[in-house]
Amino acid sequence: MTVMKGRRASLVCWLIAALVLAACNDGPANDGGDDSLNGQVLVSAASSLSDVFAAVEEAFEESNPGVDVVLNLAGSASLREQILGGAPADVFASADTLNMDRVVDAGDVDGLPRVFARNLMRIAVPVGNPAEVTELADFADENLLIGLCAENVPCGDLGRQALEKAGVSAVVDTNEASVRSLLTKIEAGELDAGIVYVTDVASTSGDVEGIAIPQAHNVVAEYPIAVLDGARNPNDAADFVAFVLSDEGREILIEYGFSVP
Amino acid sequence: MTEALAPTRRRSRRPPLVLVVLAILGLAVFVIPLLGLLARTPWRDLPTLLAGDVVIDALRLSVITSLGATAISAVLGVPLAWMLARVEFPGRSIVRGLVLLPLVIPPVVGGAALLFALGRRGLIGEPLNRATGLVLPFSTWGAVIAVTFVAMPFLVITVEGALRNLDPRFEGAAATLGAGRWTVLRRVTFPMVGPSLVAGLVLTWARAFGEFGATITFAGNLEGRTQTLPLAVFIALESDRDTAVALSLIMVAISLTVLVVLRERWWKTP
Amino acid sequence: MVEDTVSRGQGLDAHLLLSRGEGFTLDVPISIAPGYTVALLGPNGAGKSTVVAALAGLLPLDDGHITLDGRTLDDPERDVLVPPEDRRVGVVFQEYVLFPHLTAAQNIEFGLRSSKVSRAAIHEQSVQWLDRFGLDGLADRKPRALSGGESQRVALARALITEPDLLLLDEPLAALDATTRVHLRRTLADHLDRFPGARLLITHDPTEALLLADEIHVIEDGTITQVGKPDDIRLRPRTSYIADLAGSNLIRGTADKGIVTAGSHRLHIADTHIAGSVLAAIHPRAIVIDRHRSDGSPRNTWETTVIRIEHYGDRVRLQTGDPILLTAEITPDALHALEIDEGSVVWISIKATEINVETD
Repeated sequence: MTVMKGRRASLVCWLIAALVLAACNDGPANDGGDDSLNGQVLVSAASSLSDVFAAVEEAFEESNPGVDVVLNLAGSASLREQILGGAPADVFASADTLNMDRVVDAGDVDGLPRVFARNLMRIAVPVGNPAEVTELADFADENLLIGLCAENVPCGDLGRQALEKAGVSAVVDTNEASVRSLLTKIEAGELDAGIVYVTDVASTSGDVEGIAIPQAHNVVAEYPIAVLDGARNPNDAADFVAFVLSDEGREILIEYGFSVP
Repeated sequence: MTEALAPTRRRSRRPPLVLVVLAILGLAVFVIPLLGLLARTPWRDLPTLLAGDVVIDALRLSVITSLGATAISAVLGVPLAWMLARVEFPGRSIVRGLVLLPLVIPPVVGGAALLFALGRRGLIGEPLNRATGLVLPFSTWGAVIAVTFVAMPFLVITVEGALRNLDPRFEGAAATLGAGRWTVLRRVTFPMVGPSLVAGLVLTWARAFGEFGATITFAGNLEGRTQTLPLAVFIALESDRDTAVALSLIMVAISLTVLVVLRERWWKTP
Repeated sequence: MVEDTVSRGQGLDAHLLLSRGEGFTLDVPISIAPGYTVALLGPNGAGKSTVVAALAGLLPLDDGHITLDGRTLDDPERDVLVPPEDRRVGVVFQEYVLFPHLTAAQNIEFGLRSSKVSRAAIHEQSVQWLDRFGLDGLADRKPRALSGGESQRVALARALITEPDLLLLDEPLAALDATTRVHLRRTLADHLDRFPGARLLITHDPTEALLLADEIHVIEDGTITQVGKPDDIRLRPRTSYIADLAGSNLIRGTADKGIVTAGSHRLHIADTHIAGSVLAAIHPRAIVIDRHRSDGSPRNTWETTVIRIEHYGDRVRLQTGDPILLTAEITPDALHALEIDEGSVVWISIKATEINVETD
């Protein structure tokens, strides 16, 4: 009996030790060791920056060999929640100032955010414009299938602002969780029209036609970028932000349809 | 030394310590997230939140779509299960594989497939739309179809398994007692697979109730028309935490109730 | 006599020709007149269950025919195949196959419900049958709450209540323990006697066949190897299987304190507690033959005459006469060594422990 007790006790000790070790581990971010040696910059960027930041990443890595830029793309609100929740990230590029401000208020930003790009809204329709949409007023047509981004996504907020400015009560059929899914459904012809960013219509990966929104009704989206307080690679992170704000960075942004301050 | 002589009866009745520790850890996997949810709940505001439009609409839609999916699964799934279990037709194993497919592919992929098939420009959706003007995506029916797609396999597989395990001698005995084919099905086959059928229905309902990816991809997201509870939680999570928590609580409460109540009454092994 | 009744279009007239997997072919001609019990006796794998399935309609014939009371149930050549529900063949299955989700009464009523008789009349009938089988009070019990013997009786009632033209009993007593089996054999015999139709009893137990059947058909490997009355089978077995199994000696007598009295003869048995009507079984190989009286331990020894000698390959069967007709089995060598001929006088020795006794 004593032998059995001893065996059981040691097994329990091993279990507890394993649990303690696991708890002490910071999690997956810690297994890479010192990131500054590896030169990894984790950039949390709004999904509307998907295409342009891919190009920025390529250009930056070319002139900074030894630094690996990793893009974490999602809706700005999701990214904000991640950062507030303590998720590891070095840089935050948001699609609106609202989400950035929340991160700033929480004290998670190192220094001050800078607006690096601007975007305008545009109506997107499937190729060939089968529903013959011409203006925002058409969004009030019940017979059309209209999609917007969800309200809590910057694209959705701005789209609604534009509609309000135009005095249109849109009859919406779906509030998509991201600009990407909205574009996909417009591309597929399942939706007749939606409001997206100008850059989305211009980007080569989209197969949609764009209809301009008149200046009077349009809304400017401002994109701020900042290095985060908890960055594990602050030096390379700062380099990245500087690159985005540099002439080379601005050239790429213009190429993709953004306007720069 | 004295331990060896001590009475061993009591000790041997207790389960082994290692098992207990592991079991508690296993339980923690389920309980801790629940505790997190309860800790975050704004208890004082809860009644107001639960009465909000978003919540009521989402609840209504979840109930409609999950029950609708369960009903469709029963009506179409039971005959399909019977065919798979009893009839030897060419390509039977392929058909069974197809039935299992929604269990394996990511729900979003399922939703996309539904869009390609039943959307306005879809393989079947396009002619359907031109002929009848019917548009399935972005409608409540679309939501029902999306959750049916992911949930029905549960029913088919459960019932097929039960039918296969049914000793064919019972149906033979019924036949020798004068029962025709329909009578055998009605009085012997289905009563005997009854418990499995109910278990299958519960599983189907539960899966339909929790579906997210296929719904948002095929039916879209619109409050009052297609925004079921899971979709509402997802959207609310980033902008209105308190509502998200309230919605989550409802889902947990309903699911727990159904599973606990039905488990006691129907999950008896024959 | 059987053939006459059958040829008048009554009872079962069948020739079952079937091929099942792995090269197994069934070729079984069988005729049973109403009121007669035929036992189909054979080892496992001989094809007995196939016969039941074919007659019940659960398996179609490849060739041959099944005619019951003048109705053709299965005739491949003329493309006639009547489904089981229309055959009026009652079956008591091995392990009974009672519907687990129905009560005993509901099981019994099952066959009647299907024929659209009024509910009240049905229930009355099922209650009567329960009483008749000594099952009153068990009407609302589910099969899992019934004992083996009770289940067997419910299964029998369930089949009989529909008044079939042919009753098939597939190993009806096999699933029971020895004591219950003996007791139920009696009940079964009574109910079979009262059933007016033809009856086919499938069994691998020779005692059952010998006691319950009017005629025994022995089946081995899909074919019938011998047909005859129980005594014929017992005394003149045609194959070694039959000789081994059925060619046993069965003696009816009265037991009391270790002695069984059969007619004028007394046998010593090992069981001193058993009393009343008994059935004593002595295997032919347990009988020792000698030319002289032996002074050994066997309690049962007597002098008798060899009536007949039959040779079966490597063994010899002797039939001995007064005081008790017995069949003994010895080797050909022994036969020569003892110089035994028909008419020879010999001494028989049987150990008391070699006599198997059961209450009759």
